[in-house]
Amino acid sequence: MTAENGISRRAALVKLGIFLNGIVGAALAVPILRYLLSPVTRERRTGYDSWLLLGGLDQFPAGQTRLATYKNPVVNAWDGETGDIACWVRNVDDQKFQVFAINCAHLGCPVRWFAQSNLFMCPCHGGAYYQDGSRASGPPERGLFQYRYKVEGGKLLIKAGEMPTPGQPVANKAGGKTTCA
Amino acid sequence: MRLIQKVGEWLDLRLQLGAPIRETAGHPVPRETASWFYVFGSAALTCFMFQIVTGILLALIYVPSAGEAWNSLQTLNHGVSLGWFIRALHGWGSNFMVAIVLIHMVQVFLFGAYKFPRELTWIVGVFLLLVTLGMAFTGQVLRFDQDAYWGLGIGASIASRVPIIGPWAVNLMLGGPIIAGATLSRFFALHVFVIPGLLIAFVGVHLLLVLKLGINEWPMPGRIVRRATYMQEYRELTHKQGIPFVPEAVWKDILFSGFILFAIAVCAVHFGPFGPSGQPDPTIIQTAPRPDFFFLWLYALLSFLPPSAETPILLIGPAVGLIVLLVLPFVAGEGEKSWRRRPIAVLTILLVAVGLGSLTHLAEHTPWSPVMDAWSSQPIPSEFLHGRTALERHGALVFQAKQCHNCHSLDDKGGQRGPALDRVALRLTEDQLIRQVIQGGGNMPAYGKNLSPAETTALVAFLETLHPANQKPARNASQAVTLGASEVSPR
Repeated sequence: MTAENGISRRAALVKLGIFLNGIVGAALAVPILRYLLSPVTRERRTGYDSWLLLGGLDQFPAGQTRLATYKNPVVNAWDGETGDIACWVRNVDDQKFQVFAINCAHLGCPVRWFAQSNLFMCPCHGGAYYQDGSRASGPPERGLFQYRYKVEGGKLLIKAGEMPTPGQPVANKAGGKTTCA
Repeated sequence: MRLIQKVGEWLDLRLQLGAPIRETAGHPVPRETASWFYVFGSAALTCFMFQIVTGILLALIYVPSAGEAWNSLQTLNHGVSLGWFIRALHGWGSNFMVAIVLIHMVQVFLFGAYKFPRELTWIVGVFLLLVTLGMAFTGQVLRFDQDAYWGLGIGASIASRVPIIGPWAVNLMLGGPIIAGATLSRFFALHVFVIPGLLIAFVGVHLLLVLKLGINEWPMPGRIVRRATYMQEYRELTHKQGIPFVPEAVWKDILFSGFILFAIAVCAVHFGPFGPSGQPDPTIIQTAPRPDFFFLWLYALLSFLPPSAETPILLIGPAVGLIVLLVLPFVAGEGEKSWRRRPIAVLTILLVAVGLGSLTHLAEHTPWSPVMDAWSSQPIPSEFLHGRTALERHGALVFQAKQCHNCHSLDDKGGQRGPALDRVALRLTEDQLIRQVIQGGGNMPAYGKNLSPAETTALVAFLETLHPANQKPARNASQAVTLGASEVSPR
């Protein structure tokens, strides 16, 4: 066996070693990526939203808009207060409701209801919405996000579970002036 | 002393680091670079090391859990001896670090240091700026209070606007469907492991490049950088007229770094730690979240961009800015280094500084936000009510009760979202006022459905009184003529 042969065999072994490491690395990358992407893949499989109880209808008098809170369906024990989410419930005429997300359609800050002027106002960049959630002024491009709702046995339920953001296709469908249920 | 020397010799025989360290420390640098203008890079590094130390100290107490983070900060502030001081040092250290990195960047830009052969040094520097800002943002999130919570909401809203993958980007950023424990955990991992790791790696490459290529010489007007000759010229500059970095240049770096650490400590003692503000409870909506100082300009920009242009500018703007910074050394890799011969460079810096400064100043006053409690906490000054009729006073009541005051100021009290109304009657006639109130427009909501005709009449009657005593309110000059004509026309 010549020295040249010896070197080329070692070089081949190095290459083999790198190749084997590459295969093991690629095989490990799959579970690592799946772990990293779990917040996304889970959403695609089952979705985060589910029907949640907001409260009895007596808490939401006709013609008024009231703050309601619910516990997010997907929470961990260490989430603390962040699992409690607020929303605005408008009882239009005891038959029709509107449930608005607390998040401004501009950049997600919490909007406040002013019953006297029938406006929602956002403290961050000055967005304002009318009582039906449609855009009144300011930087938002659209009306407030709305949750789907249903009334069962004198209780108001909404379909929620995910923070609404401007890019969500679902949020866009239910938003603006379109009514829900 | 002899013992120390002996231990040193024993170690060096094995490590063999003494000679290379001495050689590196004493490497020649151009004489003029021993300047107070050249101290910012080392000061930024000092700040970074200081942040590592104070960060580790905070990690001894801090709990990266959504349910406990805020409480652990309270413990740091009030329950642990001098915990507040370590928090203040870390917070102020962060502000100083961002500021010094920016000053360093301006200095090397104006001194042409990004030109041949230091293009890569500049590019790594751009990444260092990005990771420094990344540290500042993720650090703000770890101070898990109301500002952090809603700031994450803003980040998620921006991320969601990315075409196609937006909603997934939000889930990935938040670690789930909402801002919660998983969100804080991943920002903790970013702030404590990922980004500092990148920072250390980039700093290593940045420093290596500075040592390999030498510090940028003092730019002289007329001394042109040419790829063909520069290396030779620089070698002559350093070897013929150069001075050893240690000790002839380094003492200014050491003094300035010491001064910066002292300034951080003084700010920490005097101003104390940053927050935390209210608890991160999303059901507490009586809050006006604001970002930290170095992101205030962005906060202002987001309220001024026209709605239709906002998403493209938000998504494309940062990419364009990054590409401009990365391409700069290749476009302007040769030529004049001196800022005296580069007016466009100086103008660019001035424009960016004025732009960012103005936006930051505006964000500290947020004139675009309604003053949420003006209608109930800021009474109309009495001079606007004195000697008014009952109808006009009722109009003033409508003005308060319908929250007009939240957006419109009287005598500098109230919101600045809409125009001040002290002299509105000079600008708008009665008809125009009625139209504006009922139909809105020009970024004002329409109040037609929220005001009864009687309330509108009273409100406009009040607004009609808002003019200086010696100036008459605006009137429609053609009204008398047209009314007269209409009276005449039936004939």
